Amino acid sequence: MQFFIEVLLGGLLSGVMYSFVALGFVLIYKASGVFNFAQGAMVFAAALSFVGFQNLGLSFPLALLAAFTTMVALGILTERVVLRPLVNQPPITLFMATIGLSYVIEGLAQGFWGANVRGLELGVDDVPVQWLMDSTGIGVSSFDLFGAGVAAVLVALLALFFQYTRIGRALRAVADDHQAALSIGIPLQTIWRIVWAVAGFVALVAGLIWGARNGVSFSLTFTALKALPVLILGGFTSIPGAIVGGLIIGSTEKLAEVYLGEYVGGGIDSWFPYMMALTFLLIRPEGLFGEKHIDRV
Amino acid sequence: MKNVIPLKKTLAAAVFSVAALSAAVGDAFAQAKEQFIGLPSYRVGAYAAGGSGLYGGWIDYMAMINERDGGVGGVKLTWEECETEYNNARGVECYERLKKKGSTGNSVFQPVSTGITYSLLDKVVADKIPMVTIGYGRTDAADGRVFPWVFPMITTYWSQATTMVKYIGAKEGGIDKLKGKKIVYLYHDSAFGKEGLTVLEKQAQKYGFSLVLLPVAHPGNEQQSQWLRIRQEKPDWVILWGWGVMNPTALKAAAKTGYPREKMVGVWWAGAEEDTVPAGDAAKGFTAAGFSVAGPNYPVIKAIQDNVYKKNKGNMEDKTRVGSVNYNRGVVHGIITVEAIRTAQAKFGKKPLSGDEMRWGFEHLDIDAKRLKDLGAEGFMPNLKITCADHEGSGLVKYQQWDGKQWKIVSDWIEPDREMVRGMIEESAAKYAKEKGITPRDCAKEG
Repeated sequence: MQFFIEVLLGGLLSGVMYSFVALGFVLIYKASGVFNFAQGAMVFAAALSFVGFQNLGLSFPLALLAAFTTMVALGILTERVVLRPLVNQPPITLFMATIGLSYVIEGLAQGFWGANVRGLELGVDDVPVQWLMDSTGIGVSSFDLFGAGVAAVLVALLALFFQYTRIGRALRAVADDHQAALSIGIPLQTIWRIVWAVAGFVALVAGLIWGARNGVSFSLTFTALKALPVLILGGFTSIPGAIVGGLIIGSTEKLAEVYLGEYVGGGIDSWFPYMMALTFLLIRPEGLFGEKHIDRV
Repeated sequence: MKNVIPLKKTLAAAVFSVAALSAAVGDAFAQAKEQFIGLPSYRVGAYAAGGSGLYGGWIDYMAMINERDGGVGGVKLTWEECETEYNNARGVECYERLKKKGSTGNSVFQPVSTGITYSLLDKVVADKIPMVTIGYGRTDAADGRVFPWVFPMITTYWSQATTMVKYIGAKEGGIDKLKGKKIVYLYHDSAFGKEGLTVLEKQAQKYGFSLVLLPVAHPGNEQQSQWLRIRQEKPDWVILWGWGVMNPTALKAAAKTGYPREKMVGVWWAGAEEDTVPAGDAAKGFTAAGFSVAGPNYPVIKAIQDNVYKKNKGNMEDKTRVGSVNYNRGVVHGIITVEAIRTAQAKFGKKPLSGDEMRWGFEHLDIDAKRLKDLGAEGFMPNLKITCADHEGSGLVKYQQWDGKQWKIVSDWIEPDREMVRGMIEESAAKYAKEKGITPRDCAKEG
């Protein structure tokens, strides 16, 4: 039982890590209906910029500020150069544009900061919490707990932003209907700039957490793969959905790998979450918290 | 007067023609005195960090030979990179693009990718271009009777796996002490990761230890469940057969679950700075295999610094990486390429060599201790002697431990279990020959 609890807890905390990346997808999809394929590249570029600025001699807060500014600039530039010319184009066109964008971001980041793999320290040890280990025998990493805390704060901030600020309400209006939002004077381009900048900030947080866990390298772009089943499960438009979806995917993939893996050759955590998400799609296509879309025929 | 102008024109045309002809002959002569080496490299994408070091070392070594010695036997080395991004399709495209370059065509192809190696096994035979795979590729290609055009040199994955068992045995106080021990094989769930499986299972049978297999799905940036299994299994040792982000993730996860890094032994693709630096303190104490060693304190590296970097002609943007594990691996690639040219020139003359002639050079390569000393690479890489039947040529492996800042050598060159490995190679190669309808060469008749 103790081992089961440890696997479950570990899975839940891993799920929080997936949610960080999923949040970036949700933000952009919610506000613009664009599935941003470049989110993984943004996570990589954000973490690489932060470490790059640190290597230039900037202190932690200054490097954070510089990386944040970079991501905001990238968001604004994306709106200006990629999205604005494609207003009113079909969603698939915007999606294809973000595929191209991902290559551009990856190339620019590596071209500017170099391809070297770097370490990233946030000052939180990734070791088991000793008192918990001594009293229960269950190993839970202090870094994972830190990650969960950061996720909680981030979700609370985003929820407050969307619910209680004027810009947040405008974002929701744009998400519901571009044309209607424009007709009542909501500036679409400004809203898109803001949402891409916020997605850049979320990418920076995700990049810092994942970078501190595995190092800052090109492989950070792969974190997007972990977020996709989370999105399918939690819904593409729900911030709480990204968190709950992450928790479900994280815990079930770990339990499946540990208890079923050996019977099917192991290494199932790459496809099990997708299988689960697809099964879930059959039952609830809009995801757990996604908005049910009803079209007038 | 009427005839003067045509005469002048004729003279001018003649002078121009002679000059053009001279230039053309000169060009052809210059071209003829160049040996072209096609380099399928990966400097962008997921594996760019390792690639930039490896190709930097390789190119720097060849540049040093040109600067210091004026080339090999008076023949200048020339090269051209082609970006593969470590992708099979691009690798094959690069092979096709490079094979006709240079006065004699591309004389050797070194894919630095097991996947690309497999894709080209038939093509290199048809095109008569030797394919050299140092520390990767298809292990049974070490049987040169069946694979005359492929050279998995220095050490194959199977040899390496047996040296890992020997190293662990030595750490336990003798190979006989492995009886009853438990070793986890944590591997990249791919053809590369599975390459070590069969031989380790045979070693487990031979020495009486139990082997627990734990695959990690690509890319390996999440290993929570595998390390919880390891915590449950409580193994005596963990063999880490990883690639890319899987390696620092494994080291971090080991620290997270409290597994001692001193009890982890990595494949050589887990044993570079790119694998340990991102893991920070979690990597301290981790040991990995190597077919070459790290460090800039070797005469061959000094020669590169003196003849290339002092003239601002170095390939590495970050000069602090000169002497890193991947850089030194690149230098080994350079040494082997240049020594094969030298060997082939001794037979065919000091001229640009064809792929067929280069193949002969590789097959007669003999880098003994004296030659290594002359090259300034004593202790830097093992002795190497290739024959018609044996395209591996060495099998020796050294182990290095990460002390938190750099790799430190912690073993001498360790011999593989030659009897077991060679038996497996011959068995597998014979099966391949039967499948493909290949009649193995009779090495007694080869020159």
